[in-house]
Amino acid sequence: MASHAESTGHHPAHPWYRNEDGTRAGLRGFLTSTNHKRIGILYMSAILTFFAIAVVLGVLMRIQMLSPDSKFLSGQAYNSLFTIHGIMMIFLVVIPGIPTIFGNFFLPILIGGEDMSFPRLNLFSWYLYMLGAFVVLASLAFGTGPVDTGWTFYVPYSLNSTVNVPMAVFGVFLLGMSSILTGINIVTTVHQHRAPGMTFFRLPLSVWGIYSTAWVQVLATPVIGITLVLIMVERIVGIGVFDASKGGDPILYQHLFWIYSHPAVYIMILPAMGIISDLFPVFSRKNIWGYKTIAFSSLAIASVGSLVWGHHMYVSGQSDTASILFSFLTFLVAVPSAIKVFNWVATMYKGSVKVDPPFLYALGFIALFSIGGLTGLVLGALSTDVHTHDTYFVVGHFHYVIFGGMGFGLFAAIHYWFPKMFGKTYNYRFATISFFVLFVGFNVFYMTMLILGWAGMPRRYYSYLPKYTDLQVIATIGSWVMVGGLGMMFGNLIHAFFHGKKAEANPWGGATLEWTLPSPPAFENWEHNPPVITHGPYVFNGRDSHAATRETSPAAGAAAETEKKGH
Amino acid sequence: MTHRSHFLRYIYIWIALIVLTGITVTTAGLNVGRIGILIVLAIAATKSTLVLLWFMHLSTEKRLLLKLLVPIAIGALAIFIGLTYSDVLTR
Amino acid sequence: MWLFILSEILIFGGLFLLYAMYRAKHPADFHAGSMELSRFDGTLNTIILLTSSLTAALAVYSTQELNKSRRTAWYLAATIGFGLAFLVVKTFEWAAKFEHGLYPRAAVLDARPHGEILYFGLYFTMTGLHALHVIIGMTVLAVVLSWVIQNKVTQQRSAILENGVMYWHLVDVIWIFLFPLFYLIS
Repeated sequence: MASHAESTGHHPAHPWYRNEDGTRAGLRGFLTSTNHKRIGILYMSAILTFFAIAVVLGVLMRIQMLSPDSKFLSGQAYNSLFTIHGIMMIFLVVIPGIPTIFGNFFLPILIGGEDMSFPRLNLFSWYLYMLGAFVVLASLAFGTGPVDTGWTFYVPYSLNSTVNVPMAVFGVFLLGMSSILTGINIVTTVHQHRAPGMTFFRLPLSVWGIYSTAWVQVLATPVIGITLVLIMVERIVGIGVFDASKGGDPILYQHLFWIYSHPAVYIMILPAMGIISDLFPVFSRKNIWGYKTIAFSSLAIASVGSLVWGHHMYVSGQSDTASILFSFLTFLVAVPSAIKVFNWVATMYKGSVKVDPPFLYALGFIALFSIGGLTGLVLGALSTDVHTHDTYFVVGHFHYVIFGGMGFGLFAAIHYWFPKMFGKTYNYRFATISFFVLFVGFNVFYMTMLILGWAGMPRRYYSYLPKYTDLQVIATIGSWVMVGGLGMMFGNLIHAFFHGKKAEANPWGGATLEWTLPSPPAFENWEHNPPVITHGPYVFNGRDSHAATRETSPAAGAAAETEKKGH
Repeated sequence: MTHRSHFLRYIYIWIALIVLTGITVTTAGLNVGRIGILIVLAIAATKSTLVLLWFMHLSTEKRLLLKLLVPIAIGALAIFIGLTYSDVLTR
Repeated sequence: MWLFILSEILIFGGLFLLYAMYRAKHPADFHAGSMELSRFDGTLNTIILLTSSLTAALAVYSTQELNKSRRTAWYLAATIGFGLAFLVVKTFEWAAKFEHGLYPRAAVLDARPHGEILYFGLYFTMTGLHALHVIIGMTVLAVVLSWVIQNKVTQQRSAILENGVMYWHLVDVIWIFLFPLFYLIS
């Protein structure tokens, strides 16, 4: 069955990165465009750059930890490094990551729309993001020194520390505003710009993931907004709400902080899970197992996940009653996540599995996120958390779920959509080798951290007892292998960006809407010919066919229905 | 409905708001003890509902999700405050 | 616009959370602090804002149902005027507090019990943030007013007017809660 693009049989009007007259859009074309694809690339360039910088900061930290009496960094410098590494990774890379890069580039396409609901607001969100990033980075150079409070900005230290806390905090505040605006844009777009026939239950699950995330962005981010403002107000005016000498309660700061920051981790992971949900059907050539369950589990994770923040505070002075309550809710939220994993694996059963690079990363995601999730149970249980809180066990846990989860989800998305976005193919073999280098290094690094943590190594320390030395060295070496794998992976993609062979419209045989467009897509998605949707997103046209199954005419749609019944 | 009755409806809502304000101020003057906070919150919620429904036109809004948005926000807030109370009140 | 209003509710929500916790811990101190405020000023400001919401709603009504841009302009001007009146009253209130030494880091306030320090800390933060939103609202409405005068807002294209007025109603609703929580603690 011919794809939409093939039936019209010509090259795209003008690809998204060129102007109408065929010239390259150039920097100006990108910085002034409200086109969702260009904005997605603006975010991608910024985010990957910040990711690289933050990785370097991490490498420096690991070098310090090669020996217990290392003079490589001072304690103050180390404090600043882990703070900036955290702030950059969390607020500049992981939280915005998938929604702003792939949400922007693909959400309108996936729902059959032309652009986001508020394109100018979209571009403004990017500028706000860049301003926030600039303020955060500037706080390193100006003022009284780089912030050293940890990315969590706990009081009372953040109130008393003489370094440039207000500036860093203000930068994060701006980033939060950008996040809220993006969330508003996403929710409105999904409600208002779906193509005819695209009911909610025919949406690709990646859309469900990004959509659920957007709700959390709108509801939870304001809370950290006001919390950060309160830090600044406390420092400048001294109202006393977090100052024990005035009756304030530092633990209330932690409550307010984590009311956002725990749902934030679901902002991080839900879009990644959504993309994984898109990949499993494609690479198993089989419909997803339990579509509605996965869709609703995204909403369940978003809502129940907003109730568990106290599990960061078991040993802070929180009451036992609250701790027990939060522990119970924490165990509850593991259920929808586990449901997703079962459904993904069930999708593969009796499918025709092809482990191309995107799927390799998806499988990596499953493995690493599961390990991370299981260690989360150790942390969620009160008794074992007392032992592991503030140790490397926590650091290992969140790197498994965030880096192994969202990170590998991001890498999977990049490898999946790269040919579509740029119209070029990359070297699959090299991508596969890079994956394994990355995967091995990752596990050597973070598994060792879990072991170190269990053995009592505290986090955020720039030195340690000599008995931990061997494991620390192993971890550092693992980090080097891991970073090597990252370098290979990105190097492969960058090379393909410049020298890759031309990609076809549908290299993976996907059945979602983006594969009916040419690679790369045109500036306008559907060129006044929006699709009419007649079936769900994971209906495949035979086990081996790579032709897309979307058609725009009712007759062809009926033919697709008949074919579907045949399977 | 005529323009005039629409206009009057705004006036009636305003009068209701002023009356409720008067009630809440008077109640505060009396000594009703711990129930006082519930009464003032209930009256404030009523006033807000009037503003939301009639001044902000939620009563004529067709899309269900939009009508639920504010209750969802209040609900989220209530849960945040409630769970935090579970800590602060039991220490 | 409603989604934006949601996020604004959650912003103030964080402050309401702190208020809820500290009032539960220091009920008597909060009452004492409340006695220092002028109920008259608070009630006056409440009536001012409620009336401003009326004029704002009538501004939208005058465009969407009556298609009378002059009337809309006057209603908007009245709304902005009420906003200004609100700020004037607030300024007098705050000035009175400063005179009595009841502001953060003042010696007088620091000598008071913890609950009162927290009460006034929250009072200035929450009414201050609210006043900031009043100023923003007035600015938005002023911009809308200029567009109405230039006939850029019509019966068919009134979204900017409606959204601006919705923001103003939000400012009113927040005050509807702030007023009893700070002024009417019995």
